[in-house]
Amino acid sequence: MISAHEGGGGGTPRTALVMLGCPQLCAQTSGALFLLNELAACGIDAMVAGTPSACAHLAVADPAGHYLGAHMDIDECIAELAEGEQDYDFCFVFIHNDAGVAYAATLASISGGATIALIFGEHAEELASGLEGIRCEKHIIRGGHNPLPMKRTLREVVAWVALKN
Amino acid sequence: MGCVEKLNYEVLIRHCSFREAAEYIRKNTPEYYEVPPGFRIFDVHIIGVPPILVGVEGEHIIFPYTKPCHGTFLLRVVGGEEIESLRKRGKRVR
Repeated sequence: MISAHEGGGGGTPRTALVMLGCPQLCAQTSGALFLLNELAACGIDAMVAGTPSACAHLAVADPAGHYLGAHMDIDECIAELAEGEQDYDFCFVFIHNDAGVAYAATLASISGGATIALIFGEHAEELASGLEGIRCEKHIIRGGHNPLPMKRTLREVVAWVALKN
Repeated sequence: MGCVEKLNYEVLIRHCSFREAAEYIRKNTPEYYEVPPGFRIFDVHIIGVPPILVGVEGEHIIFPYTKPCHGTFLLRVVGGEEIESLRKRGKRVR
């Protein structure tokens, strides 16, 4: 039997970073837990990075740790990547404010992996324009309270990720 | 880990966008440099959308500091040895 984290290819497990923004919009927490489940099902090991509050939202929603595994402070994560101590095959970034755009642009610059910008909330389209010219996959998701558009997008994105070598 | 709280900083602008921070440096700083995202200054890795600008004003360095929930702050800190390091590693714009 192959466990979720061994994958089906027999090679080195692929890795993903799930970077959380400010937890002000509730769709982020449910979206992140859904994404972690989808990634695990594809055999992709995930690290979560966020502020203490953003990570606590996930921990409270997942008290038995079914979805949330390794997690770390967002500044430590940036430091590791910038210093070349760590990298990931895929970097998912939840974005609903200007700071999220700045973090996504930074990841696109310091990570050798694919940066996937998940831009949601009331100002998603305007925020997405701030990433023009930045090497990343941009996904604009309508709304910030209803998690279903986020779920649909994440399912499509992870299906694409699963097909990438 | 970078901890800006260890620095004796002055906040020039708070809760701004990274573009507003760059515009301030462009207009108000006599000497400034372009640096890549993740550039380390003091013990902080700078977050932002390129071009990220870092200014020098006398003995001070002016740089943007971004937090996920609070946006970008433009900080003014006594530069010390970091000024020479910035001059060597950054791309001078003015």
